[in-house]
Amino acid sequence: MSGNSMRGKSAIVGMATAGIGEAHGFSAMELLGQAAVAAVADAGLKLQDVDAVFAATSSHAFPTMSVVEYLGLKPKFFDGTNVGGSSFELHLLQATMALEAGLCDVALVCYGSNQRTAGGRLVSMSEPQWHETPYKPRHPITAYGLAASRHMHQYGTTREQLADVALAARGWANLNPDAFARGPLTKDEVLSARMISDPLTKADCCLVTDGAAAVILTRADRAKDLHAKPVYFMGAGAANYHRSIVEMPDLTTTAAADSGPRALEMAGIKLGDLDLAMLYDAFTINTILFLEDLGFCPKGEGGRFVEDGRIAPGGELAVNTNGGGLSCVHPGMYGLFLIAEAVEQIRGTAGARQIADCNLALCHGNGGTLSSQCTAILGSEATL
Amino acid sequence: MTNSDIKGPQATYEEFLAQGRFMIQRAASTGEFVFYPRVTTPTGATDLDWVEVGGGATLHAITVNRGRSGSTNVALVDLDEGARMMSTLPNVETAPIGTRLIARIENDGDAPRVVFDLAEGDAA
Repeated sequence: MSGNSMRGKSAIVGMATAGIGEAHGFSAMELLGQAAVAAVADAGLKLQDVDAVFAATSSHAFPTMSVVEYLGLKPKFFDGTNVGGSSFELHLLQATMALEAGLCDVALVCYGSNQRTAGGRLVSMSEPQWHETPYKPRHPITAYGLAASRHMHQYGTTREQLADVALAARGWANLNPDAFARGPLTKDEVLSARMISDPLTKADCCLVTDGAAAVILTRADRAKDLHAKPVYFMGAGAANYHRSIVEMPDLTTTAAADSGPRALEMAGIKLGDLDLAMLYDAFTINTILFLEDLGFCPKGEGGRFVEDGRIAPGGELAVNTNGGGLSCVHPGMYGLFLIAEAVEQIRGTAGARQIADCNLALCHGNGGTLSSQCTAILGSEATL
Repeated sequence: MTNSDIKGPQATYEEFLAQGRFMIQRAASTGEFVFYPRVTTPTGATDLDWVEVGGGATLHAITVNRGRSGSTNVALVDLDEGARMMSTLPNVETAPIGTRLIARIENDGDAPRVVFDLAEGDAA
């Protein structure tokens, strides 16, 4: 089975989110369960039809076991690969492989967290790195601050350009009634926000929200019987070189420079064919790094690329149309929400933020401290 | 590996630091320096010896962790030998990337650690 043979072989036929923002009184698994039940209903299936489970969470050591038990499933295939926020882009690839190999027929990919109402701080099971511990880094922001400092030094990227990323995200969030952070935001407000880890302020950081999401995949030949507008898996690619930011080979270039081309090759498309780029914006520097590494602009030009509203509503390139991790939702691991928004846009159900003729969307997940990079490409029936 | 005198690379490094020595590994066959200490180089060389670090280094990246009870910087530092490590510059709030640095072992905390000062003549 070559990679290209997976192009268009599976499709998302059900999708749902739950508890985006604040979900007082609900546990992480209860939110995940709500999303999973709603996604199964969206696909016109029954819960017991699910025979494969893909999950990673911030609070479960054995996420697939916990999901299986909670939902009363008896899957014959499961995978709990945890590569942080990028897990779910990888799960789309793994689910497609399992479906295509005939190991299962209905795959559930899911995530849930209540970290905002459970304490308001980022929940993580990430263990300290012994060679970093004496210096008391506050990850993840320390790592992203270090990468941003290097990008500024090497390419002249400015705090104003980082602010442009935050403003674009807010612009999109203001078109999304489900986004958690809505309302006017000025560049002055972003630039004068409290410095947390130079050069990153509170306004450069993603939200800490509650939220759950789930998608259901089947083989493509069955998809049209289940949903009027299946969203097809077109390709995916992964790359990973480090765990600790100390070991990142080049602080200004992520492994997205490899995962992106791998995904595009499998999908058989060029970057210019894409209608939407969903880029994991845990911090404002992420969007700039991924625009460069995925090839939307040359290395070092990301800061200038985002100026003048180029990725904001009405701009040349539609990026993070839900409002992103910066202004829509970020419950610890955000990767599945990139996919949820791509599904909305390709289905044409994104309301006021709907972009015209959205047929091909790239979802780029980031995990750890710019560590795991997983890119997935989704398309409408017209792109098959 | 039942000999109690044989320790892994991490424990060996920490033991050297406790003796006041900043040592890192170098592969005899390839000349590669390795940090943090481990059992192989990225090219697969395992003939790792311990060598004393010269102490000269260059600031590669830096961030200032702004806390309510004070600020400390966290830096990535390139040793002249070629290896990169996380550290801090305790005597300054921050410094420009590219600043020349000198290593020293600090014994103020729970365990000895390598920190860096600005090199003479590069007091930015």
